[in-house]
Amino acid sequence: MTVVWTNLPALQVVIPLIGALLTGFMRRGATAFAVALVVSWMMPVIAGAMLWQVLTAGPISYHLGGWAPPWGIEYRVDLLNAFVLVLVSTIGAVIIPAARRSVAFELEEWREAWFYCMYLLCLTGLLGIAVTGDAFNAFVFLEISSLSTYVLIALGADRRALLSSFQYLIMGTIGATFYVIGVGLLYLLTGTLNMADIASRLGPIATQNFPAMVTALAFLTVGISLKLALFPLHVWLPNAYAYAPSWATVFLAASATKVAIYLLIRYYFSVFGVAINIDALPMSEIMIALSLAAMFIASFVAVFQTNVKRMLAYSSVAQIGYITLGIGLANQAGLTGGLVHIVNHAIMKATLFLAIGAVFYRAYTVQLKELAGIGRRMPVTMAAFTIAGFGLVGTPGTAGFISKWYLAVGALDKGWWVLVFLIVASSAIALVYIGRVLEVAWLREPSPAIAQLRDPPLSMLVPLVVLAAATIYFGIDTEWTVGIASKAATALIGGLR
Amino acid sequence: MMGAASNPLVLLAVLAPFVGAAIIPLFNKQPILRESVTLLTAVALCALVLLLVGDVLAGARPEFDVITTAVGLAVAFKVEPLGALFAFVASSLWIVNSIYSFGYMRANNEPRQKSFYVCFAIALGSTIGIAFAKNLFTFYLFYEVLTISTYPLVTHKKDTESLAAGRVYFLLLIGASLVLFLPAIVATWIIAGTIDFTPGGVLADKASAGVIGVLLALYIFGIAKAAVIPVHFWLPAAMVAPTPVSALLHAVAVVKAGVFGIVKVCVMIFGVETLSAMGQSSWLTAVAGATVVIASLVALKQDNLKRRLAYSTVSQLSYIVLGVAILAPISIVGAAMHLAAHALSKITLFFAAGSIYTAAHLTEISQLDGIGRRMPWTMGAFAVGALGMIGLPPTAGFLGKWFILSGAMQTANWVAVAVIVVSTLLNAGYFLPIVYRAFFCEPAADLGAEGRGEAPWPIVFGLTATAIGTLAMFFYPEVFYALATSIVMG
Repeated sequence: MTVVWTNLPALQVVIPLIGALLTGFMRRGATAFAVALVVSWMMPVIAGAMLWQVLTAGPISYHLGGWAPPWGIEYRVDLLNAFVLVLVSTIGAVIIPAARRSVAFELEEWREAWFYCMYLLCLTGLLGIAVTGDAFNAFVFLEISSLSTYVLIALGADRRALLSSFQYLIMGTIGATFYVIGVGLLYLLTGTLNMADIASRLGPIATQNFPAMVTALAFLTVGISLKLALFPLHVWLPNAYAYAPSWATVFLAASATKVAIYLLIRYYFSVFGVAINIDALPMSEIMIALSLAAMFIASFVAVFQTNVKRMLAYSSVAQIGYITLGIGLANQAGLTGGLVHIVNHAIMKATLFLAIGAVFYRAYTVQLKELAGIGRRMPVTMAAFTIAGFGLVGTPGTAGFISKWYLAVGALDKGWWVLVFLIVASSAIALVYIGRVLEVAWLREPSPAIAQLRDPPLSMLVPLVVLAAATIYFGIDTEWTVGIASKAATALIGGLR
Repeated sequence: MMGAASNPLVLLAVLAPFVGAAIIPLFNKQPILRESVTLLTAVALCALVLLLVGDVLAGARPEFDVITTAVGLAVAFKVEPLGALFAFVASSLWIVNSIYSFGYMRANNEPRQKSFYVCFAIALGSTIGIAFAKNLFTFYLFYEVLTISTYPLVTHKKDTESLAAGRVYFLLLIGASLVLFLPAIVATWIIAGTIDFTPGGVLADKASAGVIGVLLALYIFGIAKAAVIPVHFWLPAAMVAPTPVSALLHAVAVVKAGVFGIVKVCVMIFGVETLSAMGQSSWLTAVAGATVVIASLVALKQDNLKRRLAYSTVSQLSYIVLGVAILAPISIVGAAMHLAAHALSKITLFFAAGSIYTAAHLTEISQLDGIGRRMPWTMGAFAVGALGMIGLPPTAGFLGKWFILSGAMQTANWVAVAVIVVSTLLNAGYFLPIVYRAFFCEPAADLGAEGRGEAPWPIVFGLTATAIGTLAMFFYPEVFYALATSIVMG
């Protein structure tokens, strides 16, 4: 048992990788799904165990293959990554039961097994990024997750999925290239790829090689920002989310951008923040400005979407703005708000995309005007959508409120009254685009096509209800979300120079 | 956290309507059972609230902490006098309103009655949650639930007009609370370190006059349910709802939740002394006074009965705000009294409007010639309600106005005095002609042909009961007065 206990960081990545290999050899969707299910359900157990270790015994340093860092690859798990690992793996575990029906409905039969293979690869990559403490290893996992994501998107039934995937491929590759250039510059400066090692060596060197260091920071920021869809580098996201298979959208929206955000936080607070006085650079100002642009412009664009999935995708861009706003604020309350919104947004967006996926499963459309009266025919689905929708707006009693509260407190702690109003005013735009859907879904008379629908099968309904309940639960009891996020924020800010 | 033992009755009272809301859908095909559940819930709620009112009068402040989050945002309830008064008014009128609804919804063959009663129960539950909220977070939580649960009621008809009205209702109420109210709560939290409602306020000596002024403005306009101009226009829009909704929710529960919030924020967050020391009452007096007069003037011009009543509500609500803005203890007592008195009279007026609509299908005032001869009970009750609005004895409306006026005189606030005098005239100007028309004008020829007689008995029962209540409160104001005075006594 101790073998398992001490090798948890490696298992977190190796198990989904083996799962992906297995499914790669499979022909039948059902068996591939079974593998994906088992793997997905194992992941939160491992992540939870690591979180437990971190909470009780402090950060874990795991030397892959027994090679000591900084020469070998180190997997380093502290509160922040344990938090992200638990989030990504739990969301995966909760939504995986819904995959079977949804994927079988939308994909040709011979592609189903490939779908699960790509999903498991993507999961490997995402968990890998979160678990590793090595800058280049993170790049490898970034590419694993990205390449598999391109395939996942391209598997969408709509032919526009191919174009979206290609668009993302181009943008994603540029992002990855920027990232690797940034890592290369850091390697040139410090001679190491281990993040903690870079952080400790960069400080003294930075003064002599200031331009090189700033260039590295810039390349890393742009590269990662492309991945996390920070405005204005978000253009790949709406189409990718809109035309990917429904279930893939759920998974990607809840996990992929979140892991990229984690990576950004890691570089800002644990690498550059430790090495230099990052306040001397205008990173915070840039982040806040771009976040505000995302919050307003993307929300505003969302209002005019006719495709609900695309609307939710733009909403994702806006909501990512709240997270990066918390990073930009970089004070205790603000960063806590940003971190907690990673979780809260993942839960709420997963609910929304899953609900709309269920709608597509029944109604075969996600065009808003064709969904009149759907709430009366699929009440549980749309009730979940409604709850999560109010969560996005930030209604008290939902998880979204907690995030906004902390962000607002963070802004006020800096004395920025105006920012508080901007936060709430942008939420008011969410009220409009969510309200549009609610009105059509609940208050219009069902059309004949809609009238014969009913709620989706239990495999979709149960994850939906669980996620919607979580939206409310984490709006009331915040011990796990805020509790850990706040500790992580304290640790990150405490490490700053 | 504190010595006072938690009293589960408080939680039970808040939960009761939600439990009712959960049971009602089980009786999809049995309207009788569904209505019985509604009525039983209302009676149970009223009984629970009465028990709590007894405790409060005895000097206790029953409370119940549900959950405290990691940072101290807590869902917690505490029954203090003003909340007890509000809960008592809302829960007792819910009983009457339920009986009225049964008659109204059946007689008008309204569709979707199941969801109607469910939403109604949730709305009442949120109202009780608002009344008993121990802190601003709990208040805000139920405030939003109240908006969300009443939205389907406003859009009940589902035609283009009601959908458009629903949009205004939803966006204005939630938008204002999000953009103005929420920042105010966060700022209070930062400045005072607490958002608990505390006798005497939490902001004393903590902020400059400018900050207090901005905060007060955020609260006054953020709590848009109080319908202070210019955030009032959701209320006339909401009149597309079925009349029982307009009666209980948009004359009592929702709007009173707004003014209740404003009173509570002024008295228990800012503190009367802080507000008067900071000199913030003058602009509030001006805003409230302007609302009273302007809304009355607009009401004069409305021909649609429900819209006239709605503008009258806007005007009357600001009496309550005015009572607080005067910042004299006696005027705050008046504000609390008026909260109850206006509820009784205005629900009577709406009941009458619904009764006329049900029996004669009339909605415009110009059509009401001679209706009093056909519907003596309805128009008799209407007359009583109208007297209450004007503030003439022997109706409850007199009491509130009397105390507010006394406070205005005491503090030599001549603007407020003038507002009250002018608006009383205006009230008379837009209510008495209706009564006159109903009883003393000859009916139009085609009126008799359509049918005779009163609305169904549950409707007549409802409006008679509230009309008697309007009179009774004048003669027996003890409970209300005792609760109202203990607000300012602390």
